[in-house]
Amino acid sequence: MIELLYLAASSFLLICVALFIALVFNGIERKLIARMQARIGPPIIQPFIDIKKLFMKENIVPDSAIPWLFNSMPAVALASSLIVLLYIPFAGMPALLQNYGDLILVLYVLLLPSLALAIGAFASGSSFAGIGAQREVVLMMSYEFVLSVVAISLAWLFSLCCPQANAFAFSTITSKPAWLLVGGAGFLGLILLFISSLAVMPAKAGKLPADIGEAKTEIAEGVLVEYSGRNLALLYMAQAVRVLAFASLIVALFLPWNLSSLIAIPEQLSMLADFLFFLVKVFMVMFASSIFVSAVTARLKVDQAARFYIIVVFLLSLLGLLLIGIDILM
Amino acid sequence: MKKNRVQIPIGPIHPALKEPIQIEVELKGEHVENVSITLGHVHRGIEWIGLRRNPVQTLALAERVCGICNIVHPLAFCTAIENAANIKVPERAEYLRVIYAELERIHSHLLFLGVAAHELGFDSILHYTWLVREKVLDVIEYLTGNRITKAILMIGGVRRDITEKQMPKVREALEYYEKVYKKLCDVFLDDPTINARTRDIGVLTKKQALQLCAVGPTARASGIKKDIRQDFPYAAYADLDVEAITPDVLLNEIRGDTFDRVVVRVLEIKQSLELIDRCLKEMPDGPILYEPMLQRLLVQLRQVAGEGVALVEAPRGELIHYIRMEKSEAPLAWKIRAPTYANLSSIVPMLEGCELADVPIVVASIDPCIACANRAIIADKNAVLDQEKLHALSVNKTRALLKGGSK
Repeated sequence: MIELLYLAASSFLLICVALFIALVFNGIERKLIARMQARIGPPIIQPFIDIKKLFMKENIVPDSAIPWLFNSMPAVALASSLIVLLYIPFAGMPALLQNYGDLILVLYVLLLPSLALAIGAFASGSSFAGIGAQREVVLMMSYEFVLSVVAISLAWLFSLCCPQANAFAFSTITSKPAWLLVGGAGFLGLILLFISSLAVMPAKAGKLPADIGEAKTEIAEGVLVEYSGRNLALLYMAQAVRVLAFASLIVALFLPWNLSSLIAIPEQLSMLADFLFFLVKVFMVMFASSIFVSAVTARLKVDQAARFYIIVVFLLSLLGLLLIGIDILM
Repeated sequence: MKKNRVQIPIGPIHPALKEPIQIEVELKGEHVENVSITLGHVHRGIEWIGLRRNPVQTLALAERVCGICNIVHPLAFCTAIENAANIKVPERAEYLRVIYAELERIHSHLLFLGVAAHELGFDSILHYTWLVREKVLDVIEYLTGNRITKAILMIGGVRRDITEKQMPKVREALEYYEKVYKKLCDVFLDDPTINARTRDIGVLTKKQALQLCAVGPTARASGIKKDIRQDFPYAAYADLDVEAITPDVLLNEIRGDTFDRVVVRVLEIKQSLELIDRCLKEMPDGPILYEPMLQRLLVQLRQVAGEGVALVEAPRGELIHYIRMEKSEAPLAWKIRAPTYANLSSIVPMLEGCELADVPIVVASIDPCIACANRAIIADKNAVLDQEKLHALSVNKTRALLKGGSK
């Protein structure tokens, strides 16, 4: 019982910290993109200001909407993207709920925010939102393949190295970096898998060049067009947390090093150092896959994006799987 | 509306369009099946107001027809009046008019490139082109006193000269743009995402362009070598051998797609730079106004009976002003045909076979200026005007004009 309470309390704490970090990262991202575009940009706390403002605003439900579905989906989106963080090793520590779920669960739960967004948009009854939701679903179907290939290859690798453990569990995956388990071909394979998971990021995060479901100049913010006030604030937070969650997932899969295991750090400071090092890693992943990319690309059309993910990125990840297979079987 | 079809209104208020025009798109999935365009949301009756003032007062109105082309509208208006009144503009003023008009073309094309990038979601390019555009606005302000509504043209010349002292700053700006031009070429010609979004999208064939009387860069991108500056030179353009720019200058082929329309405008920035440079070098000395005394000019204009037509190559294409004077204070008729009006109908064949995602960039690719194009309004919303009725109305209007009373 005490243990359960302890778990609940620490989960709550982690969720609050994660939400805060996600919004700060969102603020930094906006500032950085602004600087790259030779603008001054908003202050870093702008996301907090925006959310405060949105919570004060009226929450409008269109006449054509199905209210319960329309109103519940933003909460589902935020909740599901926060829950993911409990299953992924976060901030240098093992995952809080690591005994209750593994990589497969995480991939499924990570799907929920996009799905909730699409369902909420369909429920709004607006044709702009409907088109946005269609696009969101098409995009989702095209990039999920890639993530499953990445998961399968890593699990295969770990199942051979640690035969007695659950290969999909994060405790196994983060026990040693995958890079140390493979030879030349496998190393190349891992690089390809890493690149393809980074390539999925813009679509997962709803950022350029794959912000197709929103596409401001085409369908006027698409899936978000009917949302306002509290619901929009929830979706905004869900979006920010989703980016953080996916970046943490990539970090957990490919960059599981802790600072305290790399260099000598006094015992008392090691947790803080690991925490900061984790934030740096996550931010690097976000910068490489989403912030920089969205500053230098135009928006793709949905068929172009789907083709890119199904053909280019999927083949890239399959090639990675093949190389890892060669490495394992040789 | 059939089943499986979705009607999407783009405009009059939509983030893709900065001005009110309604483009109703019928979609099947993401594919555009049908397009209809509705105008008339920003009709201001400028011509009507102009018929109640003397020409010099109306000049200020002509400047306010368009927020972007506020040199070419007064230029066309002045030229029309000068044609009607047989006023000979001093040669130096003709050159100065070319310089101002070309500065405006640079600013307008940079604005277009930014808007086009924004429609593609490429906001970094939007901010870059608009940052670069500041320089030309600064020069315009330095030379005329205003960034946007320049109030520099006058019937019979221009109001302000470019002195020898001002030259270095203009030259410096030209050099700056020489450098920027290379970067613009890199961005718009070689970027893979821009290519993916504009190549073979929104094709207007040469035949369609001719049938729909497309003008300006829209027509030139489809391979029609048509440019008022080349065909019917006004101001000092006859001395400057302007040549209409088609995309094959750079790409060796003409596809008439959105990409070509962007390329033509990028190339025209270069052309404008060269024209300004030549004008600065070859500009003769002399007066800049036909009649500096305003009252004497007005008295002379009051004696004029006759009509004047002016054709001017605006950044968006051929602009026509028609003026009829009948020995009175105010003109008897003033008619503006803005380039966007001629180009709007070519949106329909362009959008054929496009997807919804292409609609904003294809519409933006003719660089529509809706405020210019709104020159008529149907007061009775239920009235249906077919071709015959419209023709009859036009005939009546012309007859009334000939009789000398149409106010």
